[in-house]
Amino acid sequence: MAAVALRVRDLGKHYLIEPSTSRSHTLKDSLWRAARSALSLRKAARGGRWDLWALRHVSFELEPGTVLGVIGRNGAGKSTLLKILARVTDPSEGEGEFFGRVGALLQVGTGFHHDLSGRDNILLSGAILGMPRAEILRRFDEIVAFAGVEAFLETPVRHYSSGMYMRLAFAVAAHLDSDILLVDEVLAVGDAEFQRRCLGKMDEVARTGRTVVFVSHNLAAVLRLTHRALVLDGGRTALLAPTGEAVAHYLDQHSAAGGERLWPNPEGTHSQAPFAPLALRVRDESGAIVGAVRAHRPFSVEVDYLLRSPVHGFRVGIRFQTTGGDEAFTSFDSDAKADDPPDGVRPPGRFRSRCTVPGGLLNEGHFLFGLQARGWRRGLFTDEHALAIRVEPGGPEGLWTDHRPGPFRPLLAWQVEADDGQEAR
Amino acid sequence: MSRLVGSDPPAGPARILLRPARGWNALRLGELWEYHEVVLVLVWRDIKVRYAQAALGLAWAVLQPVASMIVLSVIFGRLARVPSDGLPYAAFALTGLLPWQLFQNGVQRSSLSLVQNANLLTRVYFPRLSLPLAAVLGTLVDFVIAALVLAGLLAWYDWTPAPERLVWVPALAALAVLNTLGIGLWLSALNVRYRDVQHTLPFLLQLALLASPIAYSANLIPEGGWRTLYGLNPMVGVIQGFRWALLGGPAAGSLLAISAVVGSLLLVSGLYYFRRVEWSFADRL
Repeated sequence: MAAVALRVRDLGKHYLIEPSTSRSHTLKDSLWRAARSALSLRKAARGGRWDLWALRHVSFELEPGTVLGVIGRNGAGKSTLLKILARVTDPSEGEGEFFGRVGALLQVGTGFHHDLSGRDNILLSGAILGMPRAEILRRFDEIVAFAGVEAFLETPVRHYSSGMYMRLAFAVAAHLDSDILLVDEVLAVGDAEFQRRCLGKMDEVARTGRTVVFVSHNLAAVLRLTHRALVLDGGRTALLAPTGEAVAHYLDQHSAAGGERLWPNPEGTHSQAPFAPLALRVRDESGAIVGAVRAHRPFSVEVDYLLRSPVHGFRVGIRFQTTGGDEAFTSFDSDAKADDPPDGVRPPGRFRSRCTVPGGLLNEGHFLFGLQARGWRRGLFTDEHALAIRVEPGGPEGLWTDHRPGPFRPLLAWQVEADDGQEAR
Repeated sequence: MSRLVGSDPPAGPARILLRPARGWNALRLGELWEYHEVVLVLVWRDIKVRYAQAALGLAWAVLQPVASMIVLSVIFGRLARVPSDGLPYAAFALTGLLPWQLFQNGVQRSSLSLVQNANLLTRVYFPRLSLPLAAVLGTLVDFVIAALVLAGLLAWYDWTPAPERLVWVPALAALAVLNTLGIGLWLSALNVRYRDVQHTLPFLLQLALLASPIAYSANLIPEGGWRTLYGLNPMVGVIQGFRWALLGGPAAGSLLAISAVVGSLLLVSGLYYFRRVEWSFADRL
């Protein structure tokens, strides 16, 4: 009967930001303020406070079985929206309606207690997340098997490795059997193997026809898992559209920055990290900084960075990803010097690493550049979404008009010969 | 907090409505019942964490009242010779400590319950009342253990409470829980906004201990206006009631009536205050 699983209208969340550093004021402060305003020693103190709408005028409607992705930069209101939907915090205006049981996964390990055993934590966390006890008991073995912690069920989870802890926590959450599931960035934690399992499980959930709202920075995951996506920008809805279109819009906003990503000046900060990125740029053949390149023309990518201390086996790499979530390739600045010893030392200082990507390699579409810096056997820095560019169709006019799947469209050396030996033409 | 506004007819899925909650809100105790499994699992967690991890485990629940009883008996019973309504002082003190420690532990734990469970409040929805409620219910375990100790003591004195009075004990315990919960609701909600509460609480509980008839009898207070004023401390009637029911002490009728009225007022006002401010908990924690 219900053609709608979830409907929100004009949702908004307002905060009054107070300049004082402590958020929980003391009774004394309140008494003082009351006394002062009563005696009108000062105008009713609103001084120094300002309003912040973390979210405003957000409306959408989801049919049962829809998987909605929510994307946007940090501070765009993604988490606020999810917290309101999860009823953790209250909207300041607007309203929402759900039809069905709602489960919220805003954190891996909600309700876990470190002093309790794995078994106890399954019961505890399951109940707090909203699973009826009978259901937890029925699926207990399944949860334990999924987490792979059979041997440690009676061990307090504070003795678990972080990987085991994460697996168990996710296993409980993954078996939450609600009609509407709200998921926040849960996948951002854990190693690659764990993330792969989480994505697999999410895929499964999405296919069982449940309604899911999925907030993530991981565009690849959003593209893979969701049907529609909501792009938030400064707390407002920038676009609500089928996922491919929404992600393209989001990336256009990124590349509208002009093919350049600058990091705040690291000088003066007290960071001890050996690597600090300064800038990442895309330049066309003429050297201009561009957010879009033509598919058949070469372009270059350059990274400016600061090394604060000598690093063994230092290298900087760019990882190319399609917005379809596929890895295209990764290239390191050490590739060109394959003969150098891999553990040579790079001295401190400012550097620029740059490479040229040949024309006729990438297919048209959007690409994400991840920036990474590594030392000998250790990672120093990773930003999976450092920059995005658009590759526009190119080539001789009128020839490349069809869309071809895949990240690459290399220009191969084709030869066309008439085969006179067999069938005549 | 956003609210759950009823459910569709049985066949349809539950309908949940979100909207800004400001001003005075309905108590929605029915929803608390829907979430009773969460309340129970929180009670179970508190007990398990408190006792399973302590070296002495459940022995603490015995040691606490027994040690207090011994100290009171030596100082007030033996040395100061405080009158105890003609009852053996040790039994007199332990009977007073029984509801008192329920009150003290319950107020203490429920006051901290919201702040200590901030990570739950900011991550998942359940009726926020569950937390102070679970904290108070958790102290019933200590209460039952202390009651067994008292039963042992009475057996040692070879004293059998009159059955027609003994049946009142559950009602008296319920009144103690009601008082505890009322104050716990107020303090837990206030503590989210004013952390002063948790710093001053040990001191306030100490004052309350002196203002309750634990070491002495309420009959020391002059009858009339003073005793009525004294009875505004809602634990006074409860404690005198326990002594009446278990030890055959003097009747506590009027004090009990004041306790019931004050306790009910505290509970109802606490519930409404809690519901009025609970929308702000997640933003303040």
